[in-house]
Amino acid sequence: MLDPIFLLEAVVNGILLGGVLALLALGLNLIFGVIDIIWIAYVDLVTLCMYGVYFLVSLYGWPLWLAGLAAIGIGALLGALVHLLIITPILSSPPVNQLLATGGLLFFIQSVATLLWSTDHRSVRVSLPTLEVGGIFISFTRLLAFGLAILAMIALYLFLTRTYTGTAIRAVSQDREAIALMGARPQRLYLVTSAVGGAMAGVAGALLIIQYAVHPYFGSAFGPLTFMICVLGGLGNMVGAFVAAFIMAQVISVGGVLVSTEMGYVIAFVIFIVLMFVRPGGIFAKRA
Amino acid sequence: MSAARLLGLAGLVALGLVPLLPLGPAQEYIWHVIIQIFLWSFVGNAWSLMGRFGLVSLGHGAFLGVGAYAMVLLWNFFGITPWVGTVLAVLVTVAFALVVAYPCSRFQVVGHYFGLVTLAVGEVIRLLIVAERDWTGGSLGVSLKAGGTASDWWTLQFADKRVFYYVGLAAWLLGLWVWWRVDRSMARSAMEAIGEDETAAASVGIRVARFKMGITALSAALTALGGALLALYLAYANPDSLAGIGVSLRIVFAVVLGGMYSLLGPFVGTALTIALSEYLRIYFGIKLIGIAETIYGLLLIVFIIFLPAGIYGSIAQVVRRRLTRPSGGFPVRA
Repeated sequence: MLDPIFLLEAVVNGILLGGVLALLALGLNLIFGVIDIIWIAYVDLVTLCMYGVYFLVSLYGWPLWLAGLAAIGIGALLGALVHLLIITPILSSPPVNQLLATGGLLFFIQSVATLLWSTDHRSVRVSLPTLEVGGIFISFTRLLAFGLAILAMIALYLFLTRTYTGTAIRAVSQDREAIALMGARPQRLYLVTSAVGGAMAGVAGALLIIQYAVHPYFGSAFGPLTFMICVLGGLGNMVGAFVAAFIMAQVISVGGVLVSTEMGYVIAFVIFIVLMFVRPGGIFAKRA
Repeated sequence: MSAARLLGLAGLVALGLVPLLPLGPAQEYIWHVIIQIFLWSFVGNAWSLMGRFGLVSLGHGAFLGVGAYAMVLLWNFFGITPWVGTVLAVLVTVAFALVVAYPCSRFQVVGHYFGLVTLAVGEVIRLLIVAERDWTGGSLGVSLKAGGTASDWWTLQFADKRVFYYVGLAAWLLGLWVWWRVDRSMARSAMEAIGEDETAAASVGIRVARFKMGITALSAALTALGGALLALYLAYANPDSLAGIGVSLRIVFAVVLGGMYSLLGPFVGTALTIALSEYLRIYFGIKLIGIAETIYGLLLIVFIIFLPAGIYGSIAQVVRRRLTRPSGGFPVRA
């Protein structure tokens, strides 16, 4: 019989994992909601940001917090570049081609990382103490990442609701034809959205590198999961993605303890597939 | 068209004669590369049966993996000859494909969503293979047990690569034949209509679910056969090389690179990608690991942006336009 304390620990770890997953899902979902393209390679941008932090810290001796801030800049730059170089030329192509173009980017990033930095696992794991609360052990690093992820999401929320650009971005996602009539330039908004989405990838990268070792195929571990969360929450639906991230994280974490790590993921994906059939518009879609 | 037919026949004879040519010390390697091209083209063709009608599956690695592993495990644990094992593997995969396809067509999961659901299906299969490591060897993969004293024709394990050369050639031709039959059939028009607009297609009396499930079953069956043949040839199966997202995307990319709307597109794409990666691998050796994939990824992006119909597809379009214009006939719809 499984000790309930392990279960509780798994639940807590699930919540902490959910914070980072939610951050990833929000970044991807923002881009999808506005530009209507799924960046298959989104999590691979996160990988690049993780490498960025790693090299700034280990090679150039930057303090971690500064490297983390730099990662946000790197992410924003990468996001803007991806938009300008790859997305802009195929904006009017069939969705399949758009999906495949960013899939090609995934191959490209993974292999460039292999080429430049080999397949070594690299980490800047910070040794922070482990907290013990009522018999449960909680990694302080994860708690910190969770807190910062929540802060980043609040910042995104404020940006989208309290600034002029943010309001315009939300307007594009509601009706892309009407926004042009209102005098805003969709092309510029697309670029800003991609940069903001990229910045979110940078934040996620900075928060992930203190918990996990980075390697060229890191994106493959979180990528599929991130799409699933976005779709589950409803593509473009930010609140949905947030909630779905915590549900999926809980399934993976608790399932991982109850059965095995792989089976935790299997259960999560099967739940996703079944929910897609029952609620194709996401768990929060209103039934037509 | 008789000139084209003659050309095709000549090409076929030439391909049939390759194993008889004295290719020097590198012959084993050359056969190996060509066998891989045949088998992966066959799988690509199977994928394009769905892809060309807008059913863009990102989970064909699942069918490939189920086919390969079913065959290997039936032989390793029950001693069932691959002759029977492959048939069973194909049947199991078709059943599995129908279980996935039925709700997909019932609940109208199309476009992006279809791609993501199939992606998840592929991931589920890969993770199950890794999780069931007592049977499947987990992420280390599983080798096909040697046949011992049994005859080669019972175990289907041949030391001579030329046997597999002809097996691969036959499989590839089978794939082309199936593609051609589908292309000529009523199902093609029906599927094209469904791909354009399901509701409209249903309104003119096309049985949407039946056609979609039929083409999915056909595609899955061929893919599973391809998986079983690949596992037989390599005498080894691995969740990363025969299942999962990496393989699924690789199949899609080879086809898109060549052109998914034309008969020979998948072959051209597969041949190019395999030849390119082999060439780069030999040229750079172990000095620059990852350079082949880097160039490959870059090419994919460039091709999708500038040549969305694929290399062969675009060339075929240009040739067709050239051929039809001077004759003064009506332009052929591409």
